[in-house]
Amino acid sequence: MHARATPNQPEAATAAQPPRRAPAARVRRQWLPRRWAPYVFISPFFILFAVFGLFPLLFSIYLSFHRWDPAEGLAAMRFVAFENYLYVLQDDDWFRHSIFNTLWLALVSGLPQHLVALPLAFFFHSALGRWRNAVVGVYFLPFITSTVAISLVFSTLFSRDFGMVNVMLTSLHQVPVLGWLFPSANIDWSQPGYTKWMIAFVVWWRYVGWNAVLYLSAMQTIPRDLYEAATIDGAKPWQQFRHITLPLLKPMIFFAVTLTIIGNLQLFEEPFILTGGTGGIGQAGKTAAMHMYGTAFVDGDFGTASAIAWLLFLLIGAATWANNRLLGKRD
Amino acid sequence: MLVTALTPQRLIAYAIVAIGAVLMLGPFYFMFVFATHTNREILSMPPPLWFGSAFLDNLDQLLRSLPHFWKNVGWSVYVALMSTVLNLFFCSLAGFAFAMYDFKWREGLFAMVMATMLLPSFVGMIPTALTMSWLEWMNQPRALYVPGAVGALGIFMMRQYIESAIPRELIDAARIDGCGEFAIYWRVVLPLIGPALGTLGLITFIGSWNNFIGPLIVIRDMEMYTVPLALRSLQGTGQIPWGAISAGSAIAVLPLLVLFMLASRRLIEGLTAGAVKA
Repeated sequence: MHARATPNQPEAATAAQPPRRAPAARVRRQWLPRRWAPYVFISPFFILFAVFGLFPLLFSIYLSFHRWDPAEGLAAMRFVAFENYLYVLQDDDWFRHSIFNTLWLALVSGLPQHLVALPLAFFFHSALGRWRNAVVGVYFLPFITSTVAISLVFSTLFSRDFGMVNVMLTSLHQVPVLGWLFPSANIDWSQPGYTKWMIAFVVWWRYVGWNAVLYLSAMQTIPRDLYEAATIDGAKPWQQFRHITLPLLKPMIFFAVTLTIIGNLQLFEEPFILTGGTGGIGQAGKTAAMHMYGTAFVDGDFGTASAIAWLLFLLIGAATWANNRLLGKRD
Repeated sequence: MLVTALTPQRLIAYAIVAIGAVLMLGPFYFMFVFATHTNREILSMPPPLWFGSAFLDNLDQLLRSLPHFWKNVGWSVYVALMSTVLNLFFCSLAGFAFAMYDFKWREGLFAMVMATMLLPSFVGMIPTALTMSWLEWMNQPRALYVPGAVGALGIFMMRQYIESAIPRELIDAARIDGCGEFAIYWRVVLPLIGPALGTLGLITFIGSWNNFIGPLIVIRDMEMYTVPLALRSLQGTGQIPWGAISAGSAIAVLPLLVLFMLASRRLIEGLTAGAVKA
């Protein structure tokens, strides 16, 4: 440990221009004493967080207990206790619907992300040699691109009559043995039964590489000699993956799954763009975050929207907790 | 590498990973292909697979639908640059403090900074919009770069880097030479943390460039739109100009592709750094 700062010493230090060592000519106080410097240096974060992070959060709790039409000014706020929450839970059918959509999307896009990313990362780690960086880059690319731009491109690719996705699927239908797995006619992806699959695919596409990179970086910390010993003992790559990589990767799996849960339960941009901001036919692609946005900024009901936000927050907390029980700590 | 024999399973694995790579790149490819085709060509059977010659027509149509498009690009660049500069300055300053000073409540304050990363952003969405309208920051670019001017992830990255790259003796030596506390940061620390600044700068720039929810809440004027908002407004009702949308998307994505090609390793490492050390 470094010694504690001696607070009064630097105040006496000379502030004269560096090279000049005028003997005790001007002993000036530093404009920023050492004792205060660290607090000053970290203060921007806390000031900005207080104004744009903490205050909005507290205010949103306050709002969720009030009925308020913002057009009528602050004085029009009326305390209604839990009315907003009860309304959302009991009477807001779209809320229930959007929660179902959110959970469905979180699961259908989230689970395959990890089921694919794990073996993919193992492959990156063990098989690619000098091509590794390029291939990893290709898989990572979707993660850093503009969600809006790429979702717009996907809307084109998923269009019914001329979309590349349908062209590919129907031509795969011609393949001899496996053809029956693919549709023979164009799919209308805007129909409720298909919208969610389209969104789930785009979300999967965006995050599978990110997860693979997380797993890859964890795999790189596993000592080489473990694998070498296993190879000498005649373990096949699959067995090495199963018995060495997976157990040692558990902490990272927990971390990555946590990130996926938190991210997927607040899904907004992909479904918003892919359904043109509407949620799609029958609101089949409307997530809880979209429902909150609509309630606030389309219907102008800020109180109810805040209640939705906090209910969603509770859901995320519960899911993270469940994940913690399932994958965390215990071995 | 570990097992080098080219078994059939291995070949299948290679094939699957290659198909996956095509799947990852496909949307980008078609974005550029469609950007160079007219709407009629895109909406024909089979759709175009190779580049066409209608890029300028598409651009023309894009500018007719979005008369302020270049201005929108300008705002996106401006906001991204501002937020990058502010983040580099404030995050490195705070990271320096957490790494190089012993002060009361240091660990507690740092834990608080980290804890803010756990707060889901959507919860603050509604009151943030209200805050911005009270501050009369609606339609102002500063509403986009000030709230995120210093982030927890950036502070974490900077603290880690400064702790490992700069010996405390150097700081003490500068202090003995009469260097003020801020001068130590500005003249001693800052010149030594170039790589970390580069990584954080890239991450911040890209994050701001792609930001959609922020501008969606606070920017109302078409003239003040950032690129994602402008592109999204093309979606409206009626005949969707796919060629123009693809051209606009290509313009929005191209800078990212260039940055990624120049610095993919650094970006990937920077973005996963927090996760690996956790």
